[in-house]
Formats: sequence, structure tokens, C-alpha cells
Amino acid sequence: MTDNGRNPLREGIHTFVVYVEDKPGVLNRVASLFRRRAFNIESLAVGPTDRPGISRMTIAVKTDDVVARRVEANLYKLVNVLRVENVTHLPTVMRDLALIKVKADSSTRAQVLQMCDVFRARAVDVTPDSLIVEITGTEEKIESLCEVLRPFGILEMVRTGRVAMTRGSDVPSTNPEFVAARVPNGSAS
Amino acid sequence: MERKGAQIVWEVLTQEGVEVVFGYPGGAILPTYDAMLDYPVRHVLVRHEQGAAHMADGYARASGRVGVAMATSGPGATNLVTGIATAMMDSSPIVCITGQVPSTAIGSDAFQETDVTGVTLPITKHNYLVTDVEEIGPTMREAFYVARSGRPGPVLVDISKDAQIASIEYVPADAPERLPGYRPDLRALPEEYEHALELIEEAERPIILAGHGVMMSGAMQILIDFAEKTQIPVTTTLLGLGGIPASHPLNQGMMGMHGESWVNHAIQEADLLLAFGMRFDDRVTGNLKTYAVNAKKIHIDIDPTEIDKNVRVDVGIVGDLRETLEILLPQLTQKEHTAWLEHIDELRGDSAVRDIQSLPDTGALYAAHVINDIWRITEGKPIIVTDVGQHQMWEAQYFKHEKPFTLITSGGLGTMGFGLPAAIGVRFAKPEDEVWAIVGDGGFQMTQAELSTCAQEGIKINVAIINNGFLGMVRQWQEFFYGRRYAATPMLSPDFVKLADAHGLLGLRVEERGQVEDAVRRAQQEPGTVIIDFRVVQEDSVYPMVPAGADLDAMIRRPSSIVETAEDELVGGGR
Repeated sequence: MTDNGRNPLREGIHTFVVYVEDKPGVLNRVASLFRRRAFNIESLAVGPTDRPGISRMTIAVKTDDVVARRVEANLYKLVNVLRVENVTHLPTVMRDLALIKVKADSSTRAQVLQMCDVFRARAVDVTPDSLIVEITGTEEKIESLCEVLRPFGILEMVRTGRVAMTRGSDVPSTNPEFVAARVPNGSAS
Repeated sequence: MERKGAQIVWEVLTQEGVEVVFGYPGGAILPTYDAMLDYPVRHVLVRHEQGAAHMADGYARASGRVGVAMATSGPGATNLVTGIATAMMDSSPIVCITGQVPSTAIGSDAFQETDVTGVTLPITKHNYLVTDVEEIGPTMREAFYVARSGRPGPVLVDISKDAQIASIEYVPADAPERLPGYRPDLRALPEEYEHALELIEEAERPIILAGHGVMMSGAMQILIDFAEKTQIPVTTTLLGLGGIPASHPLNQGMMGMHGESWVNHAIQEADLLLAFGMRFDDRVTGNLKTYAVNAKKIHIDIDPTEIDKNVRVDVGIVGDLRETLEILLPQLTQKEHTAWLEHIDELRGDSAVRDIQSLPDTGALYAAHVINDIWRITEGKPIIVTDVGQHQMWEAQYFKHEKPFTLITSGGLGTMGFGLPAAIGVRFAKPEDEVWAIVGDGGFQMTQAELSTCAQEGIKINVAIINNGFLGMVRQWQEFFYGRRYAATPMLSPDFVKLADAHGLLGLRVEERGQVEDAVRRAQQEPGTVIIDFRVVQEDSVYPMVPAGADLDAMIRRPSSIVETAEDELVGGGR
């Protein structure tokens, strides 16, 4: 254990926000890096940013702090990667979005909708024997909703994977001069 | 000026100062080969594209400049793969240019179509697929810049045939225009320097592990200054040989699997490791769990991904090694480590007696003798290029490198077949120097077709084939770890003298130690390429040896029966 009560060798989900050039093959380069170095991706979400030519990825990786630093350094090494931020230990808003198609006929529909209400999920499509429910939230929240919907019969589900944004108005520099060669807090000793 | 894409390729190559391109033409690269005739660049026609990549690699390592290989699409491009992976593992700056089928045909499984940017993605520093003639110039400039800057490495540029044929108004430019995410000049956090200085000041048994980065960053002199001021002993990796003169009193020799026994013991006993531009490869650490457990570790490397990769370190400094040492050295105080240095001398123990050079001359021709004799006869002046295997380790042990960039060898990938083509590349990089390829009978046969390239280009290298009739290093492992069951290691070779003759080259055969000197001198005098077939003892092994995955100080030593015989002889010999 080190100061801050963090154990650098304890496994956990690390979340990286990665800005990349929007060019063909960049997603392949990132995915190939994780495969080649045997880093374990939990989820990867990618989409455009407000700046043309720049895409933003949120990558969740199950690993310890030491390997997480190597993930960060390896991402930086890719020529098309502009900035990497490990937001795991920063105050961050993290969200996942899911669409869940659940069995619901006239006898159960009301019950299903009531459950959705509790989770602030919305029905976005209704057919005589099914509903599509949209929910946004943390993974835990989505999993809890799945839990309560499962008895009714989940027909199909799709999730975006985690997206993340740090709180506050600080925007980190786009081209850091320094790179951490070690995990902070003297964890290597 | 209006230029075709194919011409722009050569415009950039000449602007980059490229003197020689190693390649092999074919359908998808034909426009570029056609344009070549109008530019002042020498082309060397190889016999297999793997040879082109190794030649570019050898050229790059010997010259410190970017080597260039060229091939067509499909099989031409895939044949480059082994050479590219070799360059990647040893951080060698090469640019490979491949033709690709026309952009309209990409993805259709067209004749000789291979997704070579996909194939080479994990084995290049970066690669590009270019289908727009406008992109050829900027991409080529970027390729050279990326290949040579930061931690160098191979870059591949795949250019579709239609882009080579199309014309645009070409404006030469100097620098790469757009690489917003590329940072070859990352720096360490300032507090890392402080921490490093403290550890160096406190250490009583420090040792420097000098790697390839010493030469790549031009830190040879400051390494010596650093070691002398602090009186810290230096050991080198295989690719670090030559980074400090072999004869320097603080240089203890090579570490690792076939390193010096006292060096491996010293690393295990050290209280501080200073890793300078090396990457703790498994061949130098042995078992990581027991590796230098009592030592604090300072790691200086230009590549941040190397820090904490194999060995957890106490201080990681990201940056150019020379610049980093320039910052650290003035802040260090003069030191003495007399007791530690004396102790390392004691660790040598009976190593001198176990050394094959101390064995009595039985008339048998030992590979280690051949290599040591070549060193002595040539006065250590040539640039040596090795292949991979036993001869490579004996070269590292018995050819004493006083100067940097005089050993070119495939370390990380361990690529058999590297020696001959890489030596051809070195020939072009260093036209004035004597070049010897020291190769085994196995590795030589993997790329021996490049002898035709030597003959066609009229170039002079000396090839010493250490011929033991086995895939020697594999045989050694079979002897040690597989109960001498020699599965697929005995190897029949052609008559190498006749092979040389068939190429119009001189071939010599040496079967006794007394013939070595004449053959070496004869080879030096011959204007063309020479092959010497050294018929050495078949079942000799490289000692010491750390078995793969074993503790670094758990070395297999040369059998004591031989040592005792040697001791008897030495005593009987009037000492």
C-alpha cells in the first residue's frame, strides 16, 4: 500500500480518454496494440469530437496501476494518437448507454414500465409483445436494470460501452511535455 | 514542376540523401522502377526481398542513416516481413517502399494483392497506405523523419500503382508538415533526476548496464566519462558491444545468457543497476523473480514504454541517453568503488582457466579459436556482421570490439539469414572499411542466394562460415536439455568452395588451426568477395550458459574434465 491508500498492484478498471487523428486504420492500430501487448480491453467507445479530424475514444482496461501506465505510454507511442488521459483516479462522469428489447404484452407492460421508471429509463419503441428500453448511466445501474428485466424476458440488448469526461473546466494540454515514467506515489519502491 | 507519383518517390529519396536502394522490381512497383533510371541513386538488385530489408538494415546500423528497401506488392511485400521485424526489434531505421495494386482494385483479392499495411502493422514503427498522388511527397518525408527520430525503427510506405502513375504539380518541402501526435522528444519528470542522483551517491555496489542506446544516442564518450568519474563498472548487452572499448579497464564485458560469469554474478550482487539504453530482454535477465533482487534500479530509455516493462524500476528517466547523462554527470561527485571492483575481479575465479583460449592446442579447430584468430590477424579493425547462433555468441565473446558500430548483429529477433545480406548493406554504408560476415553453415544457407548479388554488384566482403555440420545452438540445447536427441539439427551443406567458384568468387577451406592465418590474409588480399569454409569441431558448446528462464547466476560452465586437463597441461607446461 502507498499513500492515498492505493495499491498499485491491485487490479481494477482503468479508464482512458484518448484523442486520435480521424484517419483510416487508427482504430485498428489501437486494437492491435491491445491485442499484441495482451492488455485486456473491457470496452471501447469511439466517436467524433467537436473538432474536425479528431476522434475521441474511451477505453476501459482491467489491470493494475503499473500496467495502466504502460498502456498509456504505449498509446502515446502510436503516431496517430494525440493525447491520452488516464481518468481513473480523477473526478469523472462515466456513462454507458443501453437499448434493451424486453418481452412485454398487455399483461406485463405496465409492470415493465414501472421498473423502467424507477431506473429513469425510457421506452422508445412499443409493439404488442415487446418494448425497447433506453437507459443511460453507470455500468452498475444498467446491470441492475437488466437484473430486474430479465424475469420478463430480455430479447436483445446493445450497449455503447463506457464514455467518460472529467469534471470541472480544466482542459489538459493537448501536447504534454513530460510523460510519467512511473506510477505516481512512489509505488515502485 | 509537374511530376508523376513515381518521380516524387525519387525526388524525396534524393532530397533525403539516399545513395543506394536495395530492391526487387515487379508489376505494382514498375512505374517507380521506370522513374528510377532518371535519378542518381544506385539500385542493388537482391535475390530475395528479405535480403533487401536486411541490407537496408545493415546499411542503417553501420551508417546511422536511414536504409531503404523497395519491393512490389503481394509476395514481394510479404518477403520483406522478416527483415522488417528484425529492424523493429533492434530499433533500426529503415524505410520500405512497396507497390500496391491500383486503388480501384484494393480489396478485390487482385493478382499479387496483399494488405501489407495490415500485415506489417505490429512490426513497423508506423506504416502508410498511399492511394493519392498528392500524398506521396508528404508521406515519404514523414516516413524518413519517423524512422530516424526518437527510438528509430522501420516505416513502410505502400503506394498504389495508380498513385505512382498520376501526375501533379510537385513542390519540394523540407520538414514533415503534419505529425501532431508524434513525440520523439519526450522528457522525464524533473524529480526523477533528483532521485537518480541520490541513488547513485548512496550506492556501494553499482553497475552500469550499457545497451544499444549508448551508440544510437552518441553517448559513447559521456558513458566513459560517467564511469570514470564515478568508478562504476560497465557491462554491455550484445547490441551494446562497442559502445565502450573492450579494453577499457572498467568494462567488464557482456552480460546475459552467454555473458561473462563474473558479470552475471556482479549483477546479482549489485545494490544499484544503471540501465542505459537497454530494455531488460529475457536473454539478459534470466529469471525475473530472482533478478538483481537487492539492487535499486535506474532505467534511462528514450522509449517510455520500456520503463517498468520487464523489470520494475525505482527511477525511470525517459529521454535521449546522451542528453540525460549530460544533465546527471556534472551533478555527481567523484567516487571510488575499490572494494567492489576488486570483488568483481575475484568473481572471475577460474574463468581464465575455463576459457577455451587457455585449452591446449590439440590440433582440433575450435570456432572460438577461428574467431579469436580473425580478430588478432585483422587487428580488430573490420566491421563484423554476424548471423545468429553459436558463432554469434563466440563472436561476442572472442572478437574484442574497441570501436562503436563495428558489430552488426540481429539481437532481438535472432534472425538466421541476416548475416550475408546485412554485410552487403554495411559494404555500401562503409565503402572504405574491411567487412567480414561471420556466419554459421545453417544461417548462411538461408540467404546464400545473395552471393549472386555480391558477384553482380562487384562488391568485396569476406565471409567466414563457421561450419560445424549442425544447427549448432539448437544442437547445444538438445545436448543440454533434450538428452542429446538431435532432432533435425545435423545439416548437410554444399561444397562452399565450389559454391564460391560457381559465382566466380574465391572459396577457401580451412581444417586446421595452422591454416587460419593464411586463409584470412588471402581473403584480405582478394579484390572480390571471398568465402572461407572453416570446418570446426562439430559438437562444441557456448559457455557459460544461463538456461532459458533460469536464475542469472545459475550458469552452465565448461565441463570440469576439460578444465582439469587444461590445468594439468598448463602446470606441466612449466608454470
